[in-house]
Amino acid sequence: MSDGAVVTRPTTDERLTPTSWVTRLLRRPAVSAGIAALVIFVFFSVTTQSFASSAGIATWLESAATIGIMAVPVGLLMTAGEFDLSAGVMVGFSGLVTGVLTTHYGVNVWLSMALSAVACLAVGVLNGMLVTRTRLPSFIVTLGTFFVLQGVNLALLKAIIGQVSIQGMNRVPGFRDVQWLLASRTSIFGMQVQASVWWWVAVVALGTWVLTRTRYGNWIYAVGGAFESAREVGVPVKRTKVALFTATAGCGWLVGQISLFRFGTAQSSSGIGLELIFIICAVVGGCVMTGGVGSAIGPALGALIYGMANLGIVYAGWDNNWLKAFLGVMLLLAVLLNNYIRERAEGLR
Amino acid sequence: MTTPLIEARSLGKRYGNVVALSDVSTRVDAGAVTCILGDNGAGKSTLIKILAGAQSHDDGDLLVDGEPVRLERPKDALDRGIATVYQNLAVVPMMPVWRNFFLGSELTTGRGPLRRLAVKDMRAITRSDLASMGIDLRDVDQPIGTLSGGERQCVAIARAVHFGAKVLILDEPTAALGVKQSGVVLRYIAAARDRGLGVVFITHNPHHASLVGDRFLVLRRGRSIADRIKGDITPAELTALMAGGSELDDLSHELGATSL
Ligand SMILES: Nc1ncnc2c1ncn2[C@@H]1O[C@H](COP(=O)(O)OP(=O)(O)O)[C@@H](O)[C@H]1O
Ligand SMILES: [Mg+2]
Repeated sequence: MSDGAVVTRPTTDERLTPTSWVTRLLRRPAVSAGIAALVIFVFFSVTTQSFASSAGIATWLESAATIGIMAVPVGLLMTAGEFDLSAGVMVGFSGLVTGVLTTHYGVNVWLSMALSAVACLAVGVLNGMLVTRTRLPSFIVTLGTFFVLQGVNLALLKAIIGQVSIQGMNRVPGFRDVQWLLASRTSIFGMQVQASVWWWVAVVALGTWVLTRTRYGNWIYAVGGAFESAREVGVPVKRTKVALFTATAGCGWLVGQISLFRFGTAQSSSGIGLELIFIICAVVGGCVMTGGVGSAIGPALGALIYGMANLGIVYAGWDNNWLKAFLGVMLLLAVLLNNYIRERAEGLR
Repeated sequence: MTTPLIEARSLGKRYGNVVALSDVSTRVDAGAVTCILGDNGAGKSTLIKILAGAQSHDDGDLLVDGEPVRLERPKDALDRGIATVYQNLAVVPMMPVWRNFFLGSELTTGRGPLRRLAVKDMRAITRSDLASMGIDLRDVDQPIGTLSGGERQCVAIARAVHFGAKVLILDEPTAALGVKQSGVVLRYIAAARDRGLGVVFITHNPHHASLVGDRFLVLRRGRSIADRIKGDITPAELTALMAGGSELDDLSHELGATSL
């Protein structure tokens, strides 16, 4: 072949400085949460006896699962630029509704669960409608529903059954059937894995599918990233947000049912305080508080970190109040990292 | 005379007791550029919000393809082929270029619960569409916020053209750009016009307007002070109208008095 007869075109653009795959990976916010989870796993496995035992793993997986099922929708909601402070108390509300209907009024267990779902979803729709109609910050609106539900849980339960917790749940006809579905154990590699872990995996898979592979996922990023822009190009912005608030309430219902049938009881104070744990998990998992950036796997990893630390601290024989301090440090580190990543992405213009 | 794509007849708009627009008439024809000029606060954005369906008019008539309409939401305008590129460009900075390109009109494959984004197709179309308009992007996966102002403007225009806009409304596309980048954007405006689109070009730069305009609507304090076609008005007259003739004389007098 003669000289210069073939002009080879560069397949990649010369202005694109080759970024190493390490840099590209680290730019994905969920990846740093994954690395943190790995470090924590190795740390407690080495320093404690039972953390990496099959019983240990099954225990912290369950702890991570109950938080993780909620952290995923809370993370998606944050990606869409909103908060749901009623997410924790929703878990308690869900279990109490089913518990009262079955043990006090003798309603069929499946019907009770359905009625509880309707009640939870209605609160979710209400949250969404109030936020999108009034354009008030969701922080305030859901703080309102949080307190209303908290009051309802405490006062109404006492007024109806005269007690602060549901009793006699395991004598309800059909209890075992539901328990099989929501709170049974499967043996895998010698681990007794709780059903909640499978539900968690399902929620993460669904969340990831929706967020990355559907139109609706595109809209979640858009309403959180630039609300007016999304509206201007015809994204149904209100519908997107209302659906997310409803999905969050739906997951709250699921977790409430799981723990009711797992432990056979629910307290009037159940779930209070969890809302902030969900938010911490979402942020640790790389969701940005101001919206536009997030994933489903990130919050799930955040929940995994929570579950591992929760148990690891106990196994290590430390005062378990250190968990709070640990979560605070994780939150601050995550926020700093997220902020840095966002400035890199937005600041290049 | 053929039916204009859009005709405004004595449009008016109030925000509470602020009269943002009153008695404004003009038209937009296929294959022509209607320029809307005016100083800050003249009512340019208000007028195009009405055309784009972001706000509806209080007085007068708006005709699209000769038919009186009332555009209640942006989708009403989009459904009639009126696409708007706002000053904020309606892009989501953190999202990749291709996701922005198809935002709100995503392509999907599959049915029912398996209906999913046609990611490959959308990436390929974004790349080839931008290339055909001469925009050579490094990477359609980069966040659109990392593009230059002119590039983002061009992506927004290419998006509107791709989705079959008949009318393209551009709100001050050259306002934040340097000379060279403005030139690039003006070239796309001409390219869109040559494809037969009706273009509404908002600017407060009379030079940019005279380079591509076929019709000139000049607004001041919410009122129309001129609605002329090319040939009826010289660039110099346009500039004078824009600045408000006597005010400009005063200004040059004032500046002349103090300069060396
Ligand atoms: N949402 C609004 N509420 C009240 N007044 C407004 C609103 N939008 C615009 N105005 C007023 O209407 C007038 C025209 O504004 P605008 O159309 O934005 O002008 P331009 O785009 O030509 O700079 C201005 O006096 C502005 O203050
Ligand atoms: Mg304006």
